Amino acid sequence: MVVVAVGRQRGPAGRIRRRQGPHHLQSLVFLIPGVILLLAIVVWPAIATVRYSFLNGTATKAVGLSNYKSLFTTADTLIAFRNNVIWVLVFPVIVTVLGLVFAVLSEHIRWATAFKIVIFLPIVFSVTASSLVFTQIFELNPQVGVVNAIVQTVDDWFHPPGAYPLSAGQTAASLATSGVAAGPKGTLESTATFRAGGTVKMGLTGVNPDTLTVLGARQARLPVPVGGAVSGLVWRDFSISNPSNISGVLPGEEGFPNLNLALVRSNGSTVASATTNAFGQFSFPNVGTGRFRVQILASNFTPGFSGTFWLGPQSLSPTSNLSQTAQALLSVPLIDISMILAYLWIWAGFTMVIVAAGLAALDREVLEAAHVDGATEWQSFRRVTIPMLAPVLTVVLVTMVINVLKIFDIVVNMGVDTSQPGGQSSTLASDIYYYGFGGGVHTGLASALAVILFLLVVPAMLFNLKRISGK
Amino acid sequence: MTATALPATTPPVVADAPSPRKARPFFKRFRPSRLVVNVVLGGIALFWLVPSLSMLIISFRPAGLFEISGWWKVFTVPSQLTLQNYKELFSGGSSTALGGGVPSGLAPGSVLDSLRTSLEISIPATLLVTLIASLTAYSIVFGRWKGRNIVFLTIVGLMVVPLQVALIPVASLYRDMGSAFGWNPFGTISGVVIFHVAFGLPFGIFLMRNFYTGIPTALIEAGRIDGAGEWTLFRRVVIPLGIAAAASLAIFQFIWVWNDLLVALVFLGGDPHVPLTLFLYDQERTLANNFWIISTGSMVSIIVPLIVFLAFQRHFVRGMLAGAVK
Repeated sequence: MVVVAVGRQRGPAGRIRRRQGPHHLQSLVFLIPGVILLLAIVVWPAIATVRYSFLNGTATKAVGLSNYKSLFTTADTLIAFRNNVIWVLVFPVIVTVLGLVFAVLSEHIRWATAFKIVIFLPIVFSVTASSLVFTQIFELNPQVGVVNAIVQTVDDWFHPPGAYPLSAGQTAASLATSGVAAGPKGTLESTATFRAGGTVKMGLTGVNPDTLTVLGARQARLPVPVGGAVSGLVWRDFSISNPSNISGVLPGEEGFPNLNLALVRSNGSTVASATTNAFGQFSFPNVGTGRFRVQILASNFTPGFSGTFWLGPQSLSPTSNLSQTAQALLSVPLIDISMILAYLWIWAGFTMVIVAAGLAALDREVLEAAHVDGATEWQSFRRVTIPMLAPVLTVVLVTMVINVLKIFDIVVNMGVDTSQPGGQSSTLASDIYYYGFGGGVHTGLASALAVILFLLVVPAMLFNLKRISGK
Repeated sequence: MTATALPATTPPVVADAPSPRKARPFFKRFRPSRLVVNVVLGGIALFWLVPSLSMLIISFRPAGLFEISGWWKVFTVPSQLTLQNYKELFSGGSSTALGGGVPSGLAPGSVLDSLRTSLEISIPATLLVTLIASLTAYSIVFGRWKGRNIVFLTIVGLMVVPLQVALIPVASLYRDMGSAFGWNPFGTISGVVIFHVAFGLPFGIFLMRNFYTGIPTALIEAGRIDGAGEWTLFRRVVIPLGIAAAASLAIFQFIWVWNDLLVALVFLGGDPHVPLTLFLYDQERTLANNFWIISTGSMVSIIVPLIVFLAFQRHFVRGMLAGAVK
């Protein structure tokens, strides 16, 4: 690169020097709009912020260092610091590695350009729009959020839910209405005992009518007694037209299909099993002698997976005997992890493109030399490419650190209820906004936080200056 | 260079030497089976498309279906797709119910208004940054005043200043301007534009300066000797030569400003005319069951930057590479 014009012009010709006057002035005039804007909107306000940080909440009285003191002692802002630490420790490294992997791997494929565009595209979208998309992706309801839908599918596979999953807080016993009561271990059992030839009636309520509709339930009908068998009916013992009639099988009352039943002796041993049909009927043929109860198995009521609240307040905390504050500061909220995943989706394309540009600019002769000298691909990647890419990787890393120090858009959009000061996902930038302009206005605190944010960025500024002035 | 360093007694390698210059992937011999890489990257690419795809599909499904069936069900019932959400969004609250009876609750025309506001902010902010940064960079590169390097390095330093440090004082500066000159930019589009221009300048100047240093100074000197004024030189020589850099800066700045939330939120929050990002932010905070508005609005909000990006891809990437540290 040609580095001219920085440093004094040593023009040999006096002629030029004579003409310097008006040019000198004119080119200084060009500086005016830029410098005025920078001084008025960037430099002076930054200094004013330092002043505000020593004033009270309404900027009317000097309070010394008390804003800073309260920042480092109140739980609310400490949570924000914790979240910034999580972001800075976790995100930049992962996104840089991801960019490196994508950049290197895409050198092997013919459709690298298409791949890069697909990965890069999210950068072009606003973080606001992307955050809203991920809010829906992480939705609690498995009917809406694809992540919970996948978890549900996998979970159902390992722990299949029953045909009549209980809703939260409901017990099997609460369904029993007539001729049936709670049995051992979440089962329901007929209250009476029966011999061969007997007919059992078990009435249940409290089940969503939609569930019955989906299962194809029909009008409940008592089965005809069969010699040698215990047969019976399980039905929805509730009629809107005649709600007070309990235990009668009325028109409009449906059978419970697909219920898994067992025939048990009084000592609890299972003799036979059966499943109800669409009318709610069942039959245990040839039961032999003795008295039996009919048991409705607990597995019929196993609730399915109802979704993990990925954007909720739960967190991974150390289980220890630390104080509550210390524990809060050491825990990682689930929503931070969800947001970091979303942010990786947004920014991996950026790191990939920068690293790919760095790869393209590498001196391939050095790598060829490594090959010639017998280095394996992994060795030359590890010992030659990575060291040669180090400056680029550092720039990417620093850029991403600055980016997440200021993290705001994703925090307020994915954590609508948790980004207020003290909220599980609040950060320095979101606190600055809320103290400065949101609900609880306190310009002193907001300014002190801004000053701290600025101080955190200063190392990056020096890194930049060193890099650029050293060129 | 490699070839000369090798002992002459290894003829096969020397014979090989001219070929490495061919631009071939240098991990070619690594080959963890080309098929595996293709499959893995194909999987990643598909995975990366899921979020955008989900937003696209939700925006084309009836609003009433949102809560009761996942967007992925569309693959089994493609007939669900409808333009109704877009119609509703643009007509804004004209009909009372939609799909499964979800009231829209939108002020008429609010999305169109936001689209216009986004343009009203982004276009001036982009043009002004490009112009002012070019002027400043010209002065720093071709001017003859002392301390140009110091000014340049100061500007480089300003590149990483978080805009959060300026929000509160600038808000009060705007209000002071109101009482002093009767013009208060707070709560107006100009206030947002001014802020964006100022915070876009350090990067803009940096980018333009880097490009201008590649223009031979002799060209400018010759022009000066021929009696051309600085403005003429800037307009007739430097701008045409630096048009590619200016384009990079403009595209980058446009997308940056278009996607901003925080500045608009601070200076326009509560205003009836808000840009699209703020429209979405507000929609998320209303208690209505309105994810279809958010999804459809998000689609509307990404169309403009998407077109700009696809049309000027190279410029955007070049601008991004130049300013990796912003």
